[in-house]
Amino acid sequence: MPIKSYLAHPHEGKKAHLIEALKSLEYCEVIPAENKDLLIVVTDTHTREQEDHLKEKIESIASLKLLAMVSGFNTK
Amino acid sequence: MNKPLNMYTSLTNRRSFIKKMAIMSAMTAAASMFPGILFADEQERNLPKSGNLDWKKAPCRFCGVGCGVLVGIEAGKAVAVKGDPKSPVNKGLCCVKGYHSVLALYGKDRLTKPLVKKNGKYVETSMEEALDLVASKMKETIKDHGKDAVSIYGSGQWTIPDGYAASKLFKGCIGTNNVEANARLCMASAVTGFLTSFGIDEPMGCYEDIDHADVFVLWGNNMAEMHPVLFSRLLDQRLKRGVKIIDFATRTTRTSMAADKSILFLPQTDLAVANAICYEIINNGWANKSFYEKHCNFKKGLTNMGYGLEDNYAFKDKPEAISFEDYKAFLEDYTPEKVEKISGVSAKDIKYMAAYYGDPNKKVMSLWCMGMNQHSRGTWINNLVYNIHLLTGKISTPGNSPFSLTGQPSACGTVREVGTLTHKLPHGVVMNKAHREFAAKIWDVPVENIPAKPTYHTVEMFRALDRGDIRFMWIQVTNPMVTMPKLKRYRDGAKKEGRFIVVSDIYPTPTTDIADVILPSAMWIEREGLFGNSERRTQHFEQMVEPPGEAMSDTWQLVEVAKRMGYEKQFYYNEDSHVEEIYTEYRRHHDNKKHNMAPLEVLKSQPGAMWPYVDGKSTKWRFNAKYDPACSNGEDFHFYGKPDGKAIIWQRPYEPAAEEPDTEYPYWLNTGRVVEHWHTGSMTRRIPVLHKAMPHAYVELNPGDAKRLQIRTGDKVKLTTRRGEIILPASINQRGVPAPMQVFVPFFDENMLINDITLDSFCPISKEPDYKKCAVKVEKV
Repeated sequence: MPIKSYLAHPHEGKKAHLIEALKSLEYCEVIPAENKDLLIVVTDTHTREQEDHLKEKIESIASLKLLAMVSGFNTK
Repeated sequence: MNKPLNMYTSLTNRRSFIKKMAIMSAMTAAASMFPGILFADEQERNLPKSGNLDWKKAPCRFCGVGCGVLVGIEAGKAVAVKGDPKSPVNKGLCCVKGYHSVLALYGKDRLTKPLVKKNGKYVETSMEEALDLVASKMKETIKDHGKDAVSIYGSGQWTIPDGYAASKLFKGCIGTNNVEANARLCMASAVTGFLTSFGIDEPMGCYEDIDHADVFVLWGNNMAEMHPVLFSRLLDQRLKRGVKIIDFATRTTRTSMAADKSILFLPQTDLAVANAICYEIINNGWANKSFYEKHCNFKKGLTNMGYGLEDNYAFKDKPEAISFEDYKAFLEDYTPEKVEKISGVSAKDIKYMAAYYGDPNKKVMSLWCMGMNQHSRGTWINNLVYNIHLLTGKISTPGNSPFSLTGQPSACGTVREVGTLTHKLPHGVVMNKAHREFAAKIWDVPVENIPAKPTYHTVEMFRALDRGDIRFMWIQVTNPMVTMPKLKRYRDGAKKEGRFIVVSDIYPTPTTDIADVILPSAMWIEREGLFGNSERRTQHFEQMVEPPGEAMSDTWQLVEVAKRMGYEKQFYYNEDSHVEEIYTEYRRHHDNKKHNMAPLEVLKSQPGAMWPYVDGKSTKWRFNAKYDPACSNGEDFHFYGKPDGKAIIWQRPYEPAAEEPDTEYPYWLNTGRVVEHWHTGSMTRRIPVLHKAMPHAYVELNPGDAKRLQIRTGDKVKLTTRRGEIILPASINQRGVPAPMQVFVPFFDENMLINDITLDSFCPISKEPDYKKCAVKVEKV
């Protein structure tokens, strides 16, 4: 049951779009910075396959410039 | 009795805990990349929802930056922390330790009852009985072995009233100068640097310099991890104004990665590089002649002083006046090209740094901490950085600031200002008759009580305990059985027959393990107190919650013991008002324009004030007549710590470290800290998020060395020095990257005591040990 956190950098002017796109994904929580163009993304999935699938979906969002993993845990 | 760090039982949901950790890790990473970044929603969400939260101000309990925090109290418990937006120190920011600081109050194994060792086992007793025993043992030791057989060892975590009560009891009442504090291990070289160069302690500037400087040179100072909030302010200025940050260090760290330029030097050779910068400044005509001619003298001292490795080592410098021409001739040995060969720093990089210091249109701030202070020539390297600022006249003006940072919340406020070191008094030194008379009058003791000779500095104090010259030691709010260099000797010494050790602390530690009596202390906001930070800012905090069980403040423990020893007259304080009474009495020692402290009511009403506090105002830049009311020579600058009002530019050579790599021990061993843990980790390792983020120590290796030795991250590595050996997991290309043939080990982990193998060499002037350099053998296990 993986839990991972990422830093997500939006393309210029696309922060709001990226927030909305991430919020629409299941198993995905987003915490936007108040004063910088940066979001924290936390994924909380049941399996590794589900996690990989979710990551692919995140990376395909057009407003995402860069996704960098910060920490990863597996609670199983 | 130490070891169990069992703090997870209070967490109801392991999965939500891990999720919080994941978020926290991301926030920490984001904060190191983007200064001042705020995740208000997340921070708000973590705060308790109750409307009954009462927010009270305090300085943070951890490092010497002195961030203002607001502590949320609900139903008698501290439940939340946020940065105080009114604090000029941190402007609402906090680092990971600060945000979690209140959790350190509630570790499962808090000491709540006094423990007395009987037949090898600790037995619970009442506080009354324990304090009776401490007082009677002290009296008995004095009767059998003399006054200098009893001692107290505190720290820069002592509040101002703690340190004041300790100094008054031991120096004024008992009559021994056996008072020391762990700031000797971290700040003593900064003190002797200030005293030798300026005749008066502590930085002339303040944190506001950060908002004015164009260039920051960090001398062996990993600010990104050790002073993260201040480093955020530097990065913030880079975003706003494009300032330059130069990291000058022996190891690549998070600071190096965030800096505009990282320059690595070989251990100890900062002495040579600083001289080379001065050579360049003079050689290129960048020196500010009118400034140094009007405001500086040139001097040299003794050289080849040794390293303090032998018991009873003594050294007294013999300063001698020299001319500017003498100094200039001395610097001929330090051309950038010559120094390149010693230091490994290219002549080009030396010239690069010198050019910034020499540019009259650039304001430069030099910042340092342990790298320069824990140095076998610590006083010298402090002098040499001041030389650079004095030669160029870049000092005591906004943005031009040589700035020594501190590691503890009151290393300045208590140890340096109250003077809890063997040679010090709250105002002045024990060697000075007038200073003794002044202190004795305020303390209401006969002046003869205060001995005129200092006794033992910290390393020598523990050597005296080992030898049996000291028989009784009271240790408060510090953990020397993790922090002393060449630790095994001092641990074995403390355990010898005929020694009596009292330890006041909040958790079991390796130091409580050697105690005969353990006194449970009230921590931080469980009592009222004051801290003084690196920028001369004194801050007050009120008692916000009750201490657990019979835990009692260190101040009141001392007062109770003093009364039991017959000093009721001097320790007249009332339990309800003793902090105010002590602080009011303490202020009398500094009642002058050079050091006046703000009244308590002012400190209660605002996030601190900077001394000298004169006519209702803090002094931001000392020695500058525009800002400092103590300047009286009619000039723009007045270095009034020296009798003639002039600062000193010191001729100090490069000399090698006490122990350097050789064929048998071919690597340098460097020790230090990590962002997650504060010093020995006795508090932060009981904060689940921080402990999980950094659960144990490790040894960092250079990737090239690791490849050659076939060592990968996680492999067990044996480090051997002439003092012993230790096995640690390897870390390669992770947090920091040492230069080739160097290794780094953090000292926070009591289960991997790196100080068992470090060397107890020290700066002969400051007596501060050099934890950054000894020779070590590295082997894969």
